[in-house]
Amino acid sequence: MARALVNVPKAAKQGEVVEIKAMIAHPMETGYRVSPNGSNIPRDIIRRFACTYSGEEVFSADLFPAVSANPFIAFTLIATTSGTIEFTWTDDAGTAQTASAMITVS
Amino acid sequence: MHEDPLRVHGGLVGRRQFFRVGITGLLVISLPHRALARPSLDEAIRSFTGGANVLDGRVRLDLPPLVENGNAVGIAVVAESPMTEDDHVRRIAVFNEKNPEANVAVFHLGPRSGRATVSTRIRLATSQVVVAVAEMSDGSFWSSRASAIVTLAACIEDLS
Repeated sequence: MARALVNVPKAAKQGEVVEIKAMIAHPMETGYRVSPNGSNIPRDIIRRFACTYSGEEVFSADLFPAVSANPFIAFTLIATTSGTIEFTWTDDAGTAQTASAMITVS
Repeated sequence: MHEDPLRVHGGLVGRRQFFRVGITGLLVISLPHRALARPSLDEAIRSFTGGANVLDGRVRLDLPPLVENGNAVGIAVVAESPMTEDDHVRRIAVFNEKNPEANVAVFHLGPRSGRATVSTRIRLATSQVVVAVAEMSDGSFWSSRASAIVTLAACIEDLS
């Protein structure tokens, strides 16, 4: 399984806008490259990234082959309640990889 | 034995036909390739907006003007929006001009985002224009474009 890295502040004030960074180790093979023996390298990319905050989806992204290998996405969220922020990356084959982080809101 | 003039004639016609068939064949082979060609930048934006008018402003696309490595180009999109329940950015899409595919990414935001800002890393196959389009909750579209000069291209093998 690919390695995922997420950066979520451990603590935040109620209503504060926090920056979230998420990255996953993935080749993001475009499907346009040719291997040394002349055959096409099949496409294999992360198609969708989603972020849920205490179970509710608050951010998502549809990715295309033009996103670099090891896709990195940074965005912001409003800290509402203490809870878990979950991240899901879904690839072309439909397999999903998840990561999560806790946030304490005071 | 004398040569049959008809046969010679027939052979000549056959050769012409052969060329004609060959040229038609080449055209037929090249057609699907044209059909598979990527949509232009404007077509891609139109399919995202559904034909709605795209205005300039309210969005800022940060793209380095000179890119050394096209395999990982850091971009940031910031849209001016209060990000409230009534007035927020619904989607931010990024398009390119000359990669094999026009789409780069579509981000779905909402009032819980707090700020309409996203950043990521993209591939650029050659020096080109990149456009960011933001869809507001009132249904309006705003865009920003930036161009980059790429010295080391991504996926260099398959671009003419």
